[in-house]
Amino acid sequence: MNTETARNYLRMDKFPSVWCPGCGHGIILASILRAIHRTGWQKNNTVMVSGIGCAGRIPGYVDFCTLHTTHGRALAFATGIKFARPELNVIAVMGDGDCAAIGGNHLIHAARRNINITAIVFNNAIYGMTGGQKSPTTPRGFFSTTSPYGNAEPAFDLCKLAKSAGAVFVARGTEYHVPALDTLIYKALSKKGFSFIEALTMCPTSFGRKNKLGSDAFSNIEWLKSISVTQKKVEKMSEEELAGKVIIGIFEDSARDEFVEYYEREVVKEGKCQRNMKSD
Amino acid sequence: MKELMVSGNEAIAYGAIRGGCCFFGGYPITPSSEIAEVLSAELPKIGGKFIQMEDEIGSIAAIIGASITGLKTMTATSGPGFSLMQEHIGFALMGEIPCVIVNVQRGGPSTGLPTLPSQGDVMQARWGTHGDHEIIAVSPSSIQECYTLIIEAFNLAEEFRTPVIFLSDEVIAHLREKLVIPDDKSLTIVNRKKPAVPPEQYNPYDESTGLIPPIADFGSGYRYHITGLTHDETGFPTDNTETVHSLIDRLSNKILYNRDKIVKTDSFMMEDADVAVVSYGATARAAKEAVLLAREEGIKLGLFRLITIWPFAVKEIFEISGNLKSIFVAEMNLGQLKPMVKSAVKGRCEVYSIGRADGMIISPSEIFLRAKELE
Repeated sequence: MNTETARNYLRMDKFPSVWCPGCGHGIILASILRAIHRTGWQKNNTVMVSGIGCAGRIPGYVDFCTLHTTHGRALAFATGIKFARPELNVIAVMGDGDCAAIGGNHLIHAARRNINITAIVFNNAIYGMTGGQKSPTTPRGFFSTTSPYGNAEPAFDLCKLAKSAGAVFVARGTEYHVPALDTLIYKALSKKGFSFIEALTMCPTSFGRKNKLGSDAFSNIEWLKSISVTQKKVEKMSEEELAGKVIIGIFEDSARDEFVEYYEREVVKEGKCQRNMKSD
Repeated sequence: MKELMVSGNEAIAYGAIRGGCCFFGGYPITPSSEIAEVLSAELPKIGGKFIQMEDEIGSIAAIIGASITGLKTMTATSGPGFSLMQEHIGFALMGEIPCVIVNVQRGGPSTGLPTLPSQGDVMQARWGTHGDHEIIAVSPSSIQECYTLIIEAFNLAEEFRTPVIFLSDEVIAHLREKLVIPDDKSLTIVNRKKPAVPPEQYNPYDESTGLIPPIADFGSGYRYHITGLTHDETGFPTDNTETVHSLIDRLSNKILYNRDKIVKTDSFMMEDADVAVVSYGATARAAKEAVLLAREEGIKLGLFRLITIWPFAVKEIFEISGNLKSIFVAEMNLGQLKPMVKSAVKGRCEVYSIGRADGMIISPSEIFLRAKELE
């Protein structure tokens, strides 16, 4: 699968994008589109929902039913859509501030319900659109426009959070490890229940520049590569060697009752509303 | 003809179902919770969906999402929850997504008086969400009206492609009285206009089709984009001055140009009145009783009741003001609608306020004594 495959799902007239040179969001987006292509989902039955921020702009570029909502609330809107029309394929794309700060409550409850939505977080550890402020995933000691002396707070491990809240598929990939990311996203989309992907991506303009990683794509991606460790390698590494590293791979792959399926089986009876839902 | 003895909250839930509601998302809050309780039991019986969300922000987000797939949707809350919903009321206004938001008013600000009535949210209903906009808000005075007016709220939301706010209060919520279930012939049910063009020609905000463009359901073969950003007729973001101007104007004008169709009021003994009470919701019931007390003493008091709060009944109040010496506005707040009435009468009569915000209802004698004093 190549770039042409992804292109088939893009609204080409909406480019150039709002993203800065060197931003990793386009790489993650292409990965999502290749994964969607592999599932065989129809464009008409696929809904992409987003919140606010750089990642919030993604639905504007893709040829599905697309909903660009408010900051942090993508999963709450997505829950309404999926619960109303379970036959639709629903993906929520979010940034790290969007998902883990203002939207954290919706994330844990969507995971707890185990509603059949795939949530994809574009984690660049910074608020890009507002000019480079620290986020809940900015590592301790790192610099941003609101952590000029180094971030005093520890970062969220979003995969641990999603897993403990009940997501049935949890994985982390990066914009460097693209073929692996394609597979992770495909597995997440194919999973019944709440699936969660944390895609690490670089923001050279803010994160890279503030932390002296360079302001070009190449040096930023190289840095991301240098801190990424696969689960296999982790086993052979000491605690000191693991400091400052990020583990990539699948952290959860299990099964339990999906919310809407359970509701339709155990709660809902036949009635006029179902006819409404099927009238189209 | 079916008759029931129910509370206002129950009547709202039953009326919502009759009006076509198939999806409710909510979060428990006094004094609105019975609406969610009844709908959690009743919606599944007709194939509908009930979801208790993690908060009020999520509740209104879920009903907007569900509405985009074509369902009639509702949430219910009270003051603190209504405050949390304001951003998404703006989103529904901007995206032109029909939905109904019930606010069973209680005393405020903040946590205030959870179990006691108020009408303190009428101005929040008007201006709670940021930015220039027009809003539709209605307020029931009886259990019967809870049933019929919630159906009307759904009709207005569908017809004007907008969120509609239903302002009940704690008195109406927990009052029990007879509800006569209307037959089908006496009810009008409005459904949103669907596109008449094929998907490739569809623009969700095409002004050439009128002030209220048709809306396509997600999942019905029409792929398009919805955003809370200012957008052009295709739905995609723009900050082009002319396009934004035209969008913001249309969002207001679709309500303003149709205000005669939307605004509903009710009169009681207004024909020969020289003093009038303007009131709404539970307070209008006390005002009606006050009119009867006044008439016994030969005071020509009348009641002019607002059923629609927004858009405001400016024209209707101006019309009645010509024959009046004075109007007083009775409401369970410290005079929120008095400036609206004062502006509407254009100096043709005096306007006074009778209000309280201490959790107590305004009694008929309070209104009667004030009328006597003014007469």
